[in-house]
Amino acid sequence: MSNEIQKFQDPGLPEHVHRKTDVDPKAADRAERQVSILFVLSALSTALAIYAYVFISDEIFFFLPIMGDTNAHQLFLGLGMAFSLLFIGLGLVHWAKNLMPDTEVIAERHEFRSPDEDRADFVRTVKEQAGAAGLGRRSLIKRTLGLALGASALTPIVLLRDLGPLPGKELEKTSWKTGTRLVTDPGDRPIRPEDLEVGAVAQVLPELEPGKVRHLYDIAKDAVLLIRLRPSEFQLDAERLSWTYDGIIAFSKICSHMGCAVALYEQQTKHLLCPCHQSTFDVTRAAKVIFGPAARPLPQLAITVDSDGNLVAQRPFNEPVGPSFWERSS
Amino acid sequence: MKKAERIGGNVASYVDDRTGAAKWLRKNLTKVFPDHWSFMLGEIVLYSFVILLLSGTFLTFWFDPSQREVVYEGSYEPLQDIKMSAAYASALHISFDVRGGLLMRQIHHWSALLFMAGMIAHLMRVFFTGAFRKPREANWLIGVGLVTLGIVEGFLGYSLPDDLLSGTGVRIAEAIIQALPVVGSYLAFFAFGGAFPGEAFIPRIYTVHVLLLPAAFLALITIHLMLVWYQKHTQYPGPGRTEKNVVGYPLMPIYMAKAGGFFFIVFGVTALLGALASINPIWLYGPYNPGQVSAGSQPDFYMGWLDGLVRMFPPLESYVLGYTISWNILIPGLIIPGILFTLMALYPFIESWMTGDKSEHHLLDRPRNNPNRTAIGAMSLSFVLVTLINGGNDLLATHFDLTINQIMWFSRIGVIVIPPLVFVITKRICLSLQRADREKVLHGRETGRLVMLPHGEFVEIHEELTPAEKFTLTQHLQPKALVVPDTDANGVKNPQGIKGKIRARFSQAHVEQIPAPTESEAKALGSGHH
Repeated sequence: MSNEIQKFQDPGLPEHVHRKTDVDPKAADRAERQVSILFVLSALSTALAIYAYVFISDEIFFFLPIMGDTNAHQLFLGLGMAFSLLFIGLGLVHWAKNLMPDTEVIAERHEFRSPDEDRADFVRTVKEQAGAAGLGRRSLIKRTLGLALGASALTPIVLLRDLGPLPGKELEKTSWKTGTRLVTDPGDRPIRPEDLEVGAVAQVLPELEPGKVRHLYDIAKDAVLLIRLRPSEFQLDAERLSWTYDGIIAFSKICSHMGCAVALYEQQTKHLLCPCHQSTFDVTRAAKVIFGPAARPLPQLAITVDSDGNLVAQRPFNEPVGPSFWERSS
Repeated sequence: MKKAERIGGNVASYVDDRTGAAKWLRKNLTKVFPDHWSFMLGEIVLYSFVILLLSGTFLTFWFDPSQREVVYEGSYEPLQDIKMSAAYASALHISFDVRGGLLMRQIHHWSALLFMAGMIAHLMRVFFTGAFRKPREANWLIGVGLVTLGIVEGFLGYSLPDDLLSGTGVRIAEAIIQALPVVGSYLAFFAFGGAFPGEAFIPRIYTVHVLLLPAAFLALITIHLMLVWYQKHTQYPGPGRTEKNVVGYPLMPIYMAKAGGFFFIVFGVTALLGALASINPIWLYGPYNPGQVSAGSQPDFYMGWLDGLVRMFPPLESYVLGYTISWNILIPGLIIPGILFTLMALYPFIESWMTGDKSEHHLLDRPRNNPNRTAIGAMSLSFVLVTLINGGNDLLATHFDLTINQIMWFSRIGVIVIPPLVFVITKRICLSLQRADREKVLHGRETGRLVMLPHGEFVEIHEELTPAEKFTLTQHLQPKALVVPDTDANGVKNPQGIKGKIRARFSQAHVEQIPAPTESEAKALGSGHH
């Protein structure tokens, strides 16, 4: 035996195997009929879609297993359209697979690299032409052109300036002021401590000044959650305790992580949970983060009652609400 | 047949009289494409794109991309007399008061999901078979660009209806912009025309969604296809298939019929989904209000892994000289995805650097025959899969009676531990499959037929493979590892430095293979008595 290693040889393309439709004219005729039937079914499906569009009322609902209550108009319009397309596709593929030639063809492939001669010529041309333009020598032109191109890109950026106002201190302010009354959302009614039972939660907003309208961008900063616990359940320092009123504590509802509404309150554990990224805040400890990606507690709003017995803010929030931003100082 | 031929001849002459393209057209109409089911994944993406253009155009006839406040007066009773944006109201109008509107909305959303899923599957096919190798690096880059744009386009698309769910997604996007160091709050105010949510964002992303990005897709897809056409399609190895040819069927008529038919099938399946499977029922969520949110808020799947990363990241924030850096947003939201996509885009160049392979490849690899690459791919997928699982942690918790904490800790540890494990296991599996191939070639296929020999011994009959099968299982390349010379010609020690050493180490890992059996070995073993 020789020591030369011999790999398994390529036996070449396997011989073409005739299909039934190639050899039996009857089978070919049958395939033709099958294709035609598929196309006819497609046309019938289109008729179903048009019938559903015009004649089936969109008020008819009926029950289907798995799908539940189903709208007849929507269902038959959709099915008609779907099958009219599907049958065309199936017909075409059936036609191609059974009646069109199925002999594999070999096409040659050529290496992309040009012959060395052409390559060298090309490289030489590029070098010569670049040299003729003086790209290598005239560096002043190169540099000033670079400057001009770079500078011209500034115009479109500058033009985008008026997309919006500068943020200024906007992200740090809310509508809450000293003495602002808390009003229910929805309803805009003032709220009194006795309206909230122990264990209850309410969403409130600052009362609107007369003649003002409430915008969504106000709500995005002003939304506050009121929660009432037994005063003994708090584990707060004296200052934070003085921000509560008779067991009622108020937090910004806008998550300190990415700004979703922190809407899930678990009464048993007294945890607030943000449904977006599951940051969890402990209500009894001034919304301290106990789980999840949020890095800061929810800002607490100091509240008290006014002379009419309505809940009011003692003063504005002492820190920006919502997600972090570069200029935020803590 | 006579008549058809005459018409065909007339059409061909008509075209050639006016373009002189007879030669070019003849060559291209009979262009050969290889046949394999996995080559249809990219087709699905192309057809979904066409479906998206058609269904999307239909939706624009009624959609009003405005955040101006209106009072809903349409036929969906639970939301009547409620204040909402014109965008949401018109999306409801399309769903309830335009016949076929809901169907088209659902077709549009389903085909968007199919578009993304198809792209990811196509990308995996190209990766695991090594189709990205020279000369197709540019098409790989375009593909990575398309996936990236697809994620953005999908996000903008489902943000348009301005419902409570999508508004929450936009809020999160705003928080990511706002978290950028130095320029964050400025960019956020520019993007939203002031404080979030403002009234400018939906109209602006509408232009991007229906004009800017579709134009970019169209341009990139065109180049992508022109390159496929010009460079000719890759093919799987097999008898008669070489680096120098393409074996398959001609475009006309086979692929015209097959691909055309497949377009109708994809459209039909999408329409079937639109008719039967409800998706994004915006009327159940209500209009967006920044003070509200719904439980179980979930993005579409191609955003889910990003959301999962954000969910699992520890609460890190730095306060430096009175400024805030939110690592808990920047790292999972921008830095990690940025690194992943950059590595993915550069992979063809990284692999060619590791292996030192600069030659053209038109024959695809079977994934098992390139264990290192397959393991890298599986590792990356497992990373994304863990983050995707965490992106649905709230739903998993409620469906499988787990706690969020359990899933979160599983993901936090898993995202670090599982990918390396998957790498090692995948590589071992690939090598074992190579061993199995080797066995099969040398000893034949196990038939399960036991025969008792005259002296009482039982043997299993092994069936010898056909020459075609033997060739297919042994034709793959078995490159050698790069060797770093200890000293160069001038006697300088380790001339390539540490870089050369690292490269040699990578190259060594990359060529790890079971030697393919050869005819000589088979002959040495004799035939069939094992």
